[in-house]
This record gives sequence, C-alpha cells and structure tokens, in this order.
Amino acid sequence: MVDTLIAKRHLMANKKQTLVAMLGVTFGIAMFILMISFMIGVNQFMEDTMLSSTPDIHIYNDIKTDYTVSIAGDYFKDKNLLVSVRHPKPKQVNLNIKNASGIINDLQHDPEITRVSPFLSTQVFYNYGPVQINGYINGVNIIDESKIFDLRSKMIVGQPEDLLNADKGIIMGRGLASKLNLSAGDMVTLTTPAGTSMSFRVVGIFAIGIGTIDDTRSYINLANVQQLMGKDRSYITDINIKLTNNKLAPSKAGELYKKYNYKSDDWQTANSSVMASNIVRDVLTYVVSITLLTVAGFGIYNIMNMTIQNKMKDIAILKAQGFSGHDIVRIFLSQSLFIGFFGALMGEVLGFLLSYALSRVPFPHNDFISLKYFPVIFNPAHYFFGLVFGVITPFIAGLMPSIKASRIDPVVILRG
Amino acid sequence: MSAALRVENLNKSFHEPEDFQVLFDISFTVNKGEFVPVIGKSGCGKSTLLYLLSTLDTDYQGKIFINDQLLTGESQNNLARFRNENIGFVFQFHFLLPEFTVLENVMLPALKLGKLSRKEIEEQAIDKLRQLQMDTFAHKLSSRLSGGQQQRVAIARALINNPTIIMADEPTGNLDSVNTGLVFDIFRELSHQKGITILTVTHDLDFAKNADRVIEMVDGRIKI
Repeated sequence: MVDTLIAKRHLMANKKQTLVAMLGVTFGIAMFILMISFMIGVNQFMEDTMLSSTPDIHIYNDIKTDYTVSIAGDYFKDKNLLVSVRHPKPKQVNLNIKNASGIINDLQHDPEITRVSPFLSTQVFYNYGPVQINGYINGVNIIDESKIFDLRSKMIVGQPEDLLNADKGIIMGRGLASKLNLSAGDMVTLTTPAGTSMSFRVVGIFAIGIGTIDDTRSYINLANVQQLMGKDRSYITDINIKLTNNKLAPSKAGELYKKYNYKSDDWQTANSSVMASNIVRDVLTYVVSITLLTVAGFGIYNIMNMTIQNKMKDIAILKAQGFSGHDIVRIFLSQSLFIGFFGALMGEVLGFLLSYALSRVPFPHNDFISLKYFPVIFNPAHYFFGLVFGVITPFIAGLMPSIKASRIDPVVILRG
Repeated sequence: MSAALRVENLNKSFHEPEDFQVLFDISFTVNKGEFVPVIGKSGCGKSTLLYLLSTLDTDYQGKIFINDQLLTGESQNNLARFRNENIGFVFQFHFLLPEFTVLENVMLPALKLGKLSRKEIEEQAIDKLRQLQMDTFAHKLSSRLSGGQQQRVAIARALINNPTIIMADEPTGNLDSVNTGLVFDIFRELSHQKGITILTVTHDLDFAKNADRVIEMVDGRIKI
C-alpha cells in the first residue's frame, strides 16, 4: 500500500516521462490491434471467397491411367513369355462415381455432414452466333448446390430456383455472360466434346468474385446435362459436401477416401496456396507486433533505469527506514506495470479507432474481387491478447531495473 | 538501567581496493535514554561503526545487540523490519523524498510499519512535527524548505515509529550554528525527557561537550 503510494508519486512527479513511456506501449498495441484485425480480416475474406467456390470436401473420380496391365498379358497367358508393350494407350474410362446414389444416401446420414450436392461436370463450348467460348457446365440439383455455396447472395440477375421453373435453363457466370453478350432470356447453344449440342435459355447470372470461375462456369439442371451427354440418370462425376465444422475437413476427407476409394479433396488442400499466404500474413503480423512491443519494452527499460538512477538516494533512505528489497522491487515494478497497463488500454482504443477507420476505407474497384471496403475483423480475443502483451512486456522490461534497485547498498549512497 | 545497545568485539575490514582493517575489537554499551556523541578524526572509523550499529552494513565480525536482541546474522528482511520499528535515522543530508509533502515524508515509515490506521499516523506525524515546530509546514513539498527546516523534518521522521534508538551521522554537518544549537537541544530533550537513546557521529566538539558521555575513537579503537 505504501509501495503503491510511492510508485504513484514517482509517476506523477514526472508526467511527461511517464506519458512518453506509455505512448511507446500505446503505439505498439495499437499497431498490433490494427495489423491483426486487418490481416485476420484479409484471411477471413480469402477463406470466405475460397469457400464460396470450394466445398468443404469434394469427392470425384480422379483419372487413373494404369499402364501396368495390358490385354496382351491376357492374350499370351501361361505361355512363359515376357510381354512388352510400347506406347500403350489408356483404355476408355468412365469418369463417373459408381454406386453414386448409395454413397450419397450414406453421406446424408453422416451427422458431421450437413449437406450433400452431387453434380456432373463437363467441358463445353458456348456458342452464341459465331462466338465460341470454352468453359464448364455443372449439372446440379440447384437447391443443394446453392445451400452449399450460398448462391442466392451471389446472384446478379434472377434466383437459383429459376433454374427449376424453366425448361432447359442455365445460370451463367458474369464474365462468361458479358463475353457472349448474353442477358436473361437469351438463348445459348452448348456443344460437348463428344459433339452433341443443345440450346439453353439464360435464367440467371451469378458473380462469385473469382475471375476464373465467373468467366467459365454455368449451372444447369443435372438431368439436362445427363441428357446432353447421353448418359443415364445415375451418372454423376462429383459430390460436394458441407460439414458442420469445416476445420475438420482434412481428417474427414481422408476418412471418406478410405471408405469409398474416390479422391476426396478438403478445401484446405485444394487451396493450399491461399492457406500458405494466410500463414505468411499471420507470421508477419506477429513479427511486426513483437518488434514494436520489444521497442516499447526497451523504452520502458531505459526510463526505469533512468528513474532508478535519479532515485538512488531515495532508495537508500527507504531501505534505511525499513523498506525491504521486495518493497523496492514492488515500487518500481508497479510503475512499469502501470505504464504498461494504461499504455495498452490507450493502445486498444487507438487500435480500435484505426481499425474502424480502415474498415470504412473503400477498396479500389476491381472486377475480379467483390470487396467494397478493406476487410477488417473486430475480435475481442485480439484485444484481450493486446492487453496481456501490453502488461507482460513492461513486466519483463521493468523487472531487471527493479531488481537492480533492490540490490542497491544504502551504506554506499548514504555515506556519500 | 538496561542497555539499549551492546557491542562485543566488533572487527571490520574493507577488502576494496585492498585489505584494510578499520575497526579493532570494539566493545561498549549504551544505556537507555543516553545521549552519546561519537567523535574522532576523519578516517578513524566512527561512521563505519555507526553503519554497522544501524544494521545497514552486515559485513563484520563480532556481535551487536539492540534492546538485548542479537542482530548479528539476521536476514536482510528481518533487519529491515527491525530498523523500521526500532531505529530512527538522521543523516548529514536530510534525504527527504522530494515528491512528497513534509507530512507524508514523516508518515512514510509508519505507513510501512502498518500498525496504525492512516488517520492515527497522520495525527502522530503532526504531533512529531509540532514537537519540532514544523507543523505549520506540514503540507508543503519537502523540497521547498531550508536546510535547517529539512533537518528538523528528518528528525520528526526518525521519531514517527517511537524508536528506542536514534542514529545520526553528522546531523549538524550542513547547518549553521543557530540550527546546530537547535538540533542539539532537540536531541538532549528527546533523550532526557522521552528516554530515547541517541547515538550520533559528529565533528562538532561543542556539540559533544555538553553530552552525557562521549565515545572518542582513534584509529579504529575506542579511546578510554
């Protein structure tokens, strides 16, 4: 109690110096808050964008070109010959998932899976008059698909359900529609690699915000694509899955692969480059924040050392009067903690204001990224950590000078 | 009369810059309520002796008793507690804390001791200041006072926990003759009327002349 009284007086006696020390922490914490809010905001945005184009888990039939087995082997069976086949060609394979309805039924009963959307994807040419553009169509059950990717919020023209109401409707990516100069109600002809073609009416246009998808992809009813490709009703090439918790995707994908023996990609693996840049941003945030806090820590260390140098006589007389080493440590350490705590509080406020300001800055307009403002996230945990760092740094910075102060020999000082 | 301070076979050496013995086999006793100046030439070891007795310096051979309690070998924390309760200090320089008012400076050792409430401590501190005719300055910052006034505040501070012994190192070294006389009168009054033992190192022979008993030191030994 006396110790805090003395500490308070020391701080108040040199307000300017106290304030400068505090501002060091304030800027450190403010920058930490700003950087982490922005960086996590960017990460979150990237993740959201990713998840709007990548399902939590994507099951598909990967093309396996197996050249080890040849019918030549069957033909020369038991003849004790070494058969060598040069330039083998892969045999005709169907890319569909066998027993798709069984797998889908199975997946729908998995408690960790909230939604299953089977689809049939194929490459097509979009013909509109003389213009031909290469792209993809996804034959989907549009209700399931739009629940997984929240298509409703991505529609520029029309609604996902319009696909069900129209006979041979198509929902197109924005980039694709503008290249073909199509708008809702126009007809477009699709040609498959196999040569069959069919006309569809544009019922909607979507924009996910990723150029490569908006420029090439369209949605059509699953049955129409099966018809276009001349396949039966059970022909499905891919299954998209949404999980209750998408952080579990990698382990769940492995599990599904083992179970069904079809390639299962989780969203993190499918977007590993984005995940890597997320990690880089995280590391960058912590490196810069720790650097700033270390600088602030050295500032406090210097100021505490200076204070103690100036207070040698006071320390000696306090010790003579019966203040113990612990009291001296408490007196100076509490000053350092006070600087840290209030500096950090001010830093949190400043950091919040800066983050808020940044979140109101319009993002430069860009056709490929659907972003109106800089992405900033306000997470109470960041503010909590800011406060913890803001107290730990001055504690460490103040500890050494305080212990030094407690070791001062009063006899040397008092005898002059 | 019981002994306030007893010293047996005190030896003290400095090791820096080279081994050098300052005190040789010092033994003496000071009774309660005695006013005892320690005199001697510069370098005779009288200040060194005082700092040993004050328990601030623990690097010595021999035994020191205060109030019949052996203090040799006690831990630093226990000694700090003991000083707080039993010993008052007055130095050549006043060593008041400049950020605090006169009253707060006097109160600090009692606040540290923590036996009384803040309000009681404040009353006692005012009382001590009144004894030294400094109560009118109670709420001034200590750095605003003159040297003589500051020394009187320092004495009030030494008295706040009602110590059995006051140790002073050249308390009048920085004062003019008027203030020196004042401090001397205060000390004599404290010892004779309040029964506080006073041990003070001094150069001032006038100061020593009127004391009850004088300990004179020559070359690290007590001259009898």
